[in-house]
Parts: sequence; C-alpha cells; structure tokens
Amino acid sequence: MSSVAATVPAGRAVDSPLSIYDLTVAYHRKPVLWDVSVDFPKGQLIGVVGPNGAGKSTLIKAVMELIPTASGEIRVFGKPYRKNRRRVGYVPQRESVDWDFPVDALDVVTMGLYGQIGWCLPVRRKHRQQAAEALERVGLADLAHRQISQLSGGQQQRTFLARALVQDADLYLMDEPFAAVDAATEQAIIEILQEMKNRGKTVLVIHHDLQTVADYFDYVVLLNMRVVAHGPVATTFTQENLQKTYGGRLTLLEEATEAMRRREKTL
Amino acid sequence: MNGCRRPSSWLLLAACLVFGILLVGIGGCAAEGDPEGAVSAGRSLTDRRIEWPSWEAWRRVILMQDYNTRVVVTGTTLLGLAAGTIGSFTLLRKRALMGDALSHATLPGIALAFLIASGLGYSGKALPVLLAGAAVTGILGMGTILLIRNLTRLKEDAAMGIVLSVFFGGGVSLLAVVQQMSEGHAAGLEGFIYGKTASMLASDAWLIGAAGGGSAIVTLLLFKELKLLCFDEGFAGSRGLPVVWLDLVLMAVVVVVTIIGLQAVGLILMIALLVIPAAAARFWTERMARMTAVAAGVGAVSCLVGSALSAVFPRLPSGAMIVLVSALIFLTSMIVGPRRGVLIRALRRRTLHRRIDRQHLLRAIYEVLEARHESPAGATAATGAELAAGAELAAGEVAVADLLGRRSWSGSRLRRIIRRAARQGWVTVEAGGAVRLTTRGAERAARLVRDHRLWEMYLITHADVAPGRVDRDADAIEHVLDAAMIAELQTLLDVEGMPSGVPACPHEAAPASAAERALTAGTTTTAGTTTTAGTTTTAGTSSATDRGA
Repeated sequence: MSSVAATVPAGRAVDSPLSIYDLTVAYHRKPVLWDVSVDFPKGQLIGVVGPNGAGKSTLIKAVMELIPTASGEIRVFGKPYRKNRRRVGYVPQRESVDWDFPVDALDVVTMGLYGQIGWCLPVRRKHRQQAAEALERVGLADLAHRQISQLSGGQQQRTFLARALVQDADLYLMDEPFAAVDAATEQAIIEILQEMKNRGKTVLVIHHDLQTVADYFDYVVLLNMRVVAHGPVATTFTQENLQKTYGGRLTLLEEATEAMRRREKTL
Repeated sequence: MNGCRRPSSWLLLAACLVFGILLVGIGGCAAEGDPEGAVSAGRSLTDRRIEWPSWEAWRRVILMQDYNTRVVVTGTTLLGLAAGTIGSFTLLRKRALMGDALSHATLPGIALAFLIASGLGYSGKALPVLLAGAAVTGILGMGTILLIRNLTRLKEDAAMGIVLSVFFGGGVSLLAVVQQMSEGHAAGLEGFIYGKTASMLASDAWLIGAAGGGSAIVTLLLFKELKLLCFDEGFAGSRGLPVVWLDLVLMAVVVVVTIIGLQAVGLILMIALLVIPAAAARFWTERMARMTAVAAGVGAVSCLVGSALSAVFPRLPSGAMIVLVSALIFLTSMIVGPRRGVLIRALRRRTLHRRIDRQHLLRAIYEVLEARHESPAGATAATGAELAAGAELAAGEVAVADLLGRRSWSGSRLRRIIRRAARQGWVTVEAGGAVRLTTRGAERAARLVRDHRLWEMYLITHADVAPGRVDRDADAIEHVLDAAMIAELQTLLDVEGMPSGVPACPHEAAPASAAERALTAGTTTTAGTTTTAGTTTTAGTSSATDRGA
C-alpha cells in the first residue's frame, strides 16, 4: 500500500494505463478533490470506493477532461487524454440520460463507434455488425431493436456496457455499472469484466457495495475528497482504512469545504 | 406520466388544443383588422369582413399559376422543412423554448434596423436589413439569458421569461415610435409579429428558401454527432466531440431558421414551427432518423398548405394559417400515432384490463371448485395438475353468485367478463347461467392459480409480507409475471421443498378479503361471514364457511 503523499517514480508512469498526480478539482471554487495522486496498475479490475459526494464521478470525469481541473496532471498510457482517447472506454451513470429518447439498443451501442466513423459520415453496415456483436457479448442480441425505455434497468446498463465494449479500448472507466441492477445482471456484468481483464484490459469501476469489493476487484482506491488509501484489495481494503474513508476523520476537510460553499452563496 | 395514462386527461388536452386553435384563428382574424392591411386590400378602414374567395382564386392558388405564389410557397415550404428538422434536435435537447425567447427578442432589432437604415437614407424595408437587425437583438437576447443564469441563482425558465417579455415589450414600444416618426413608411413592420407572406417579394422568398435548405443540410450532415449530443452529452464529450461547439451550431441553426421564419410565420408563432412538427413526429416512430424525417415533412406540409391558404385568404395572417395546419396534424398524430398515440395506448390498456379480468375469472372459478372438492388443499390431496387433467375441474359448474363473492366486481361486470370468456372459449355458460370451465380454461386456470400462489409464497417467505396481505399484493404483480420469472420463482421455492403443480393457498384468509365480500356479496354468503367481516384476520372463518357450503 502506498500512501497519499508518495510520489510516483517517473519510470513507472509510462506503462501505467492511468496516472494522476496532484489532481485538484473544484466546482464553482468549492473543492471536490484535493491533491489526488494515484498510479493505476495495468490489467486489473480496480474498484473506486467512497461515500456519496466523495468525488468518485468527478475523478473519472476529470480524467476524460469533461470538467476543468484546478491543478494537477493526468496521463493516460503516458500521454494526455486527448491523445489517447480511443484507448479509453466510458460507461456513464445510467441516470445521466433520458431513456425515452427515440433510439433502440443497437443505436446506442453504435454511438461507441462514432469516433471511428468520423465526422459527417454515415453509420455503415459493418459498424452495425460490430455493435450487434457487442450486444451479443452482453447477452442482449435479441433486444437489439427494442426502444431503450422498453429495456429493464439491468438491460439498459448492459447496453451502456456494450457501447463501451464496441470500442475495444484498453482502459475502461465505469461509473457505477452495478447501481440498481438485479443479481443476474450483476453476475453477467462481473463475468464480462473478468473476461476483459483476462484479455489485458484495465477496468476502473466506481462501486458502492462494500460487501462485494473483495470478491470483484484486485485493486482498490478509497476516496473521500482525497485518496485515503490505494493498493491491492488484500492489503488495502482493511477495516482501518474503511473507517478513515467513511468515518468522521475528515471533519475538518468537510468543514472547510462547507465554509467555502457558504461563502460562495453569499457572494 | 401517470395522469396522462387516463383517457380523461387526454380528452382535456385535446379540448385545450382545439380551444387554442380557435383562439389563434380568431386572434389572427382580429389582428388582420389593422388599418394598413385594409387599405392595401383596397377596402374601407372599418371593413373587417373575410370574404369567401371565388373558385377562380382557389384554382389560381392550387395550380400555382402566379409566379409570386409559387416562389412564396416554395420558400416557406423549405422553411418548414428546416424548422421541422432542427426542431427535432432542440426538442430532444430540451431546449425547445430557447427558440421562443430568441424569436421574441428579434422585434427591437427589426425596429432599430428600420430606424437606422432609414436614417442613413436607405430603404428601411429591405428584408436582409431587417433580418440582420433581428439576428443581432435575437442573439443578444440569448446571451442575456445565459448571463442572467450564470450571474444570479435564477434558473433558465425565469431568465427566459424575463428576456422574452422585456425584449418584446421594448420592440413593441420601438415599433410604435417608428410608426410615429415615419408616417406610413413603416407599414408592414408589424407583419413580422403575426407573419405575412402577402408582402413577400420573390427575392425574399429565395433568401428564405436558400437559408432554410442550407440549415437543413447542415443539420443532416451533423446528424449523428447532434444525436449523440442530445442523447448523452457526457459520453459525447468523452469521445472528443466538441460539445460546446456542437451546441453553438445547433443554436446557430435555430437562429437562422427563426430569423428567416419571421416574415412567413411571425415572431410570436415561430416557436410553433420549431416544436409542433417534432412533437407530432414523436407519436409516429421510435427512431430518431425517422422522427426527423417525419418532423421535416410535417413542417413542410404545414408551411405549404398554410401559405397557400394565406394566398387564398390574403387577409388572414400566414403565421396563423401555418400554425393551424400544423396543429391539426399534431392532433391527428396524437390520436392515431402508431407508437405513442392515444388510441393505440387506450387499446393496449383495454387489452391488458381484459386479460386481467379473464385471469381473475378463471382463478375465481378454480378456487370455488377447489373449495368445493377440498382436494388440493391438504398435503395428501391431488395436485392441481391432476385436478386440471381430471374431468373433475372441467365438470364442475359454478354459479355466478359464488363467483360474485370472490372479488369486488359488480354483477353486470362479472356477467360481461363471463360472456367475453365464453366467446373466447375459456368457459361455457350452462342453461341455468352457471359457468363451466372448458378443457383449455381449466388448464389455464390451474396455471394462473399456481402462479398466484407461488408469488404469494414468495412474498411471505422472502419479502416478509404479512400473510393476511399477500393476496392483495400478489394480485397487483402476478399479471406482469413472465415465464422466466415464474420459472425462477419455482426453482426458488422448490428448493425449499414445495410440491410441484398447484400448491395450496399459503395464507389462512379467503381469497377475497372479508370486508370486500361483505360489501359485494353479503346476501350470498352465510350470516357468519358478515358478522366477522371487517378484519382480515378473522377472514379464516369465512373461508371455512365457504368450504362447508
């Protein structure tokens, strides 16, 4: 287990799928992440765990440059994200979209290929073929032409997973893929993740259920506005670290943030 | 969502729409009563009559015999096409009202452009000049909305309300000033408020058509990028799509379409052309590409018919005509749309309700027979499958009165359900009115009872629902259980040593609650039931009486 303050040796960073140094992110000047530094290992299933508002989603959004960062440096396979975008697959939170949108499951999966298809060019048969294969991998082959609001929550989640799979990326960032899915879907998803890992992919998963962390993941990052601990599950996912993450040890940090938020309100 | 499922709310909505259409029509006619229009039509100032045009006038328009009509209709049709196309995207991006704020904010620009151009000695009524002015204040209005939203803690709807009304109010005042200053020269400027194709020059129409066509082409070229933006902004950003720029392109196209629509549709009604075709199209399809195509078609047809009508009735504002036509198409789509239309949904609901009624009937017959034979109730008795296979179940006659006591259904409704079930071959009605299950009905009844009880057992053992309540809870769910879920229930409960076939009723209470029974069937059940009615815990007595009967 490496501690927060440890600086990452420069040599390791190159083959790390994702290295984050001293990342600080603020929403409207209210800090959400403080000095986050993690060097993620390659080819593992990585769980990012922490209480609500700990900045888990913010972390992966910052990696993909979806939100501005206050400071810090992020390297994806040793390069800035924009240079290695194609090697990163993203599964957003299921609630982030309107499922009443007039598209079917196959359409959604095809969206994962838009980057490869290129601007202004139409989706062609081979792309739809690729999307259909990805849907088959997640077990939704027969629901390809169903409007997405007609899918169950678990099926919607798997559609999103298929959209990320179709890219054939090397690093996957998943925002709560297990949220509100049934047990069967959870099992199906974890099997897919295992298979991805066996093919050398690195999968970073934001996770809520502490019960399953030890079963699902090889590596864990405990996050609560700062990185409390990160390392192999066996050594890092300890009672003591959980206490630090979820317990009242961070009150000062929270108070400072809260004070900042209040001041912001009065401005 | 829930409210909209009820037919009454749909009727209310339809009524509101019809009322709105009438209002627009009346308003349109009233607006046309302005003096300038009357003079230009060569009538007295007070003449507000709308004359029915001659057959010759109809013929000239329908056959497009006048060059000007042809050009105007072509131009506005292209405008409708573009508005429908871009409207699909703004509707799905949930920015539909942005267009309304934008169009209202154009009015001061029109007045100012006229003032400045006249002041410089040019003709202030040249369309490109006026539209340039409109674009400037329109964009200024949108900027103000963003500014208010970012600087204060107000939400976008409040910001839009402020900008829309203030800019429009400013525009109306400026227009009054302009008309005061340049007696008569400013005539026709107010045509931008309600839309007026009559004064449109061929060159204006070409400008409108070209800009409309161009907007549609830009939108279609960026179709998949804009689709992804509207569906999942975050994912679009992660793929490297320039989200901010795409949004700007979308808004720029809305600006262009709104500006060129000012003359034909008018700034008050322009929002209709951006929203109604797209909303109407949504009832017809679940595919984005088709929705855009249908919306473009609806927009084009609305504009075509609307501007042609306005050519026949020169005193009616073309904007009102276009909106009326599109509203008619919308109303039709809302009712008969094959995907989300009112009729199809009512039909689906009716089918579902009938299926539930039938299931209740079959289950009630089964339960009456079961109570009579006492057979599958104990662990030693025959299973439901045997009961179903044997002639016993099919042979038993059940009086309507017995069924009436099973649920809270009225006599007439129950008889209607029985008639329908008999027509479909689930039951036969005997001479005395008694009901008998057919072989097919008996099989189905056994399966339904099994599903119901499996679910009840699941609720009791796995969901900790009180046994007295499960019947009611299971009732709500069992109609949506599919084969896979039943199979899952079976394995789940089989593991715990349940016999296959139809299990016994897992709760003490009678299938219908005692209270329900006392209400609906007080006369048919014994006095014992009625006296203990009211609590579910005592309902056991009633089931005992039942079996005794």
